[in-house]
Amino acid sequence: MIALEKISRIFEVGDQQVAALRDISLTLGQGEYVSLMGPSGSGKSTLLNLIGLLDRPSSGTYLLEGRNVSDLDDRQQAEVRSQKIGFVFQSFHLVPRLTAAQNVELPMMLAGVPADERQARVRALLQNYGLSERADHRPDQLSGGQRQRVAIARATVMNPRILLADEPTGNLDQATGREVMKLLENLVTQGITLVIVTHDVEIGARARRQLHMLDGQILSDETRAA
Amino acid sequence: MKLADTVRFASGSLRGSPTRTLLMMLAMAIGVAAVVVLTALGEGARRYVVNQFSSLGTNLVIVLPGRTETAGVSPGMLLGQIPREITLDDAEAVLRSPAVNRIAPLTMGTSSISRDALNREVVVLGSTSELLEVRHMTLGLGRFLPPGEIHQSTPVCVLGNKVKQELFGNAPAVGAWVRLGDRRFRVIGIMAAQGESMGFNTDEIVIIPVAAAHQLFNTSGLFRVLVEARSRDSIEQARRDAETILFQRHNGEKDVTVITQDAVLATFDRILTALTMAVGGIAAISLAVAGVLIMNVMLIAVAQRVKEIGLLKALGAPGKQIRNLFFAEAVLLSGIGSVAGLILGYAGSRLIAEIYPSLPVSPPWWAVLAATGIALGTGILFSVWPARRAARLDPVTALSGR
Ligand SMILES: Nc1ncnc2c1ncn2[C@@H]1O[C@H](COP(=O)(O)OP(=O)(O)OP(=O)(O)O)[C@@H](O)[C@H]1O
Ligand SMILES: [Mg+2]
Repeated sequence: MIALEKISRIFEVGDQQVAALRDISLTLGQGEYVSLMGPSGSGKSTLLNLIGLLDRPSSGTYLLEGRNVSDLDDRQQAEVRSQKIGFVFQSFHLVPRLTAAQNVELPMMLAGVPADERQARVRALLQNYGLSERADHRPDQLSGGQRQRVAIARATVMNPRILLADEPTGNLDQATGREVMKLLENLVTQGITLVIVTHDVEIGARARRQLHMLDGQILSDETRAA
Repeated sequence: MKLADTVRFASGSLRGSPTRTLLMMLAMAIGVAAVVVLTALGEGARRYVVNQFSSLGTNLVIVLPGRTETAGVSPGMLLGQIPREITLDDAEAVLRSPAVNRIAPLTMGTSSISRDALNREVVVLGSTSELLEVRHMTLGLGRFLPPGEIHQSTPVCVLGNKVKQELFGNAPAVGAWVRLGDRRFRVIGIMAAQGESMGFNTDEIVIIPVAAAHQLFNTSGLFRVLVEARSRDSIEQARRDAETILFQRHNGEKDVTVITQDAVLATFDRILTALTMAVGGIAAISLAVAGVLIMNVMLIAVAQRVKEIGLLKALGAPGKQIRNLFFAEAVLLSGIGSVAGLILGYAGSRLIAEIYPSLPVSPPWWAVLAATGIALGTGILFSVWPARRAARLDPVTALSGR
């Protein structure tokens, strides 16, 4: 489903070049549950952003469902992000002036889904995630766990095939983090492809496939037997 | 993304920072209101002058002594230099022109007027019976100057309303005698109360036959000759004829000036229109300033909302959509601002009209159109750059807030 071939990402800082990713080749299948680990600065976020089309590689090709997406234009990439990819961030990134329901509605609004259909889907999703009571609350009226659940609802409201999570539990306490992980893993059982970046070894160990990165390269790639 | 959603989202982000939004709209509104009110004032002044001029009479050609290079308002006319008099015969000669309907010669002076022990200074106007019609005056009581031979100095007078009140109070005046200087005049009529009109208060004058005035002041010249053309189309011919006739009578000496009421009016009209536009233009600058303000605030908004923009991109918004969102915000800002400004401007104009009822204040349509146009134009124009900047933001960098 995802095929990266010789992907490099070089940042230019002043007249210095920082290679965040070097010649990474990687394939991820449909419905895989992958954790991405490694020390700070090893390139995990950079890789995740590339997979999510938030960033473009300096060299190499990226095939998504067999289609070369690395040289699509802005509008086409936006379309792919909108339809196929969901993001969950460490710091939630909810729009502060919008309610939980409106935040969840946002991707559908941007995609031009009709209003009545949006309402129904938002209500169903919030109910699923136990947030019905909180639909009209703004982010600053929610706890961290609730915020992350709203963010996951938002990431999945367009039924994406791929969910990318960059340290989704990084700002949460352990118990809340576990709840969030259960929610994400539940999505995997429904067939979503989940890539999660984490520093937490315990959380990383839950994934069937574990990638370790160092200095912009994949150090190890282990798949647990079922 | 649907248009309704774009507008809703944009208005949501405007409401998200109410102080900023209100200040922006206020700047816009004040700019628009300033244009509306100032041009309304200018237009009011212009209409006031036009009305005053029209009340002088219709199809008027004015003959005055002294020569000026070009017809119109000139220093010579204002200084009143008199190289050679215009006589009563000169005035009558003008009637020979087929384009001229009637004339009213005018001579002017001040004199004391008394009745028994009551006594005051008045402006005395010497003219003929035609003056009433030519000059659009209204008689209140009695009769106006009798028609007849222009050189005949009948000792009769018509009193201005206020002069009558001061000399006679509520007692009947028609038929009574008054003394002007050392001559006695019989009162035959009273003017209707009219008030000020082109600096000429008919309430405070006394009108006597022109020949009588010449005797009273011991002169023979005329201050003005009011010539009424037969129609609007014959005004120009009447002017040319009057000029030719008078030059001829003065042995080819071009020592009289003949102007048309229209020419004077047109001059005033031009001056006042230019003034209105100048004032409106100055106010329009404040509108452009409001536009620059909108640009600045939008740029700040882009900077403040970098994360939000990055997020929207991550959620699948292409650059164009981001641009539309910021664009919609600017349109809403300047749109609501200019509507508020129009309301404010019209309210202001009404208020001025209430305070100065004699001034026909009303915002000219072109100024209203221009104000709204400039407001929307600058608002939109100055939002293009911030919107493009927002749209170009790289999603990763934007999200990380770097
Ligand atoms: N926009 C950028 N400009 C310059 N250098 C960058 C940029 N983004 C990332 N880098 C560099 O690329 C390297 C990889 O960064 P990345 O954020 O992918 O690391 P990470 O593994 O996610 O680290 P962490 O665990 O701290 O989040 C780092 O050396 C970082 O400094
Ligand atoms: Mg990272």
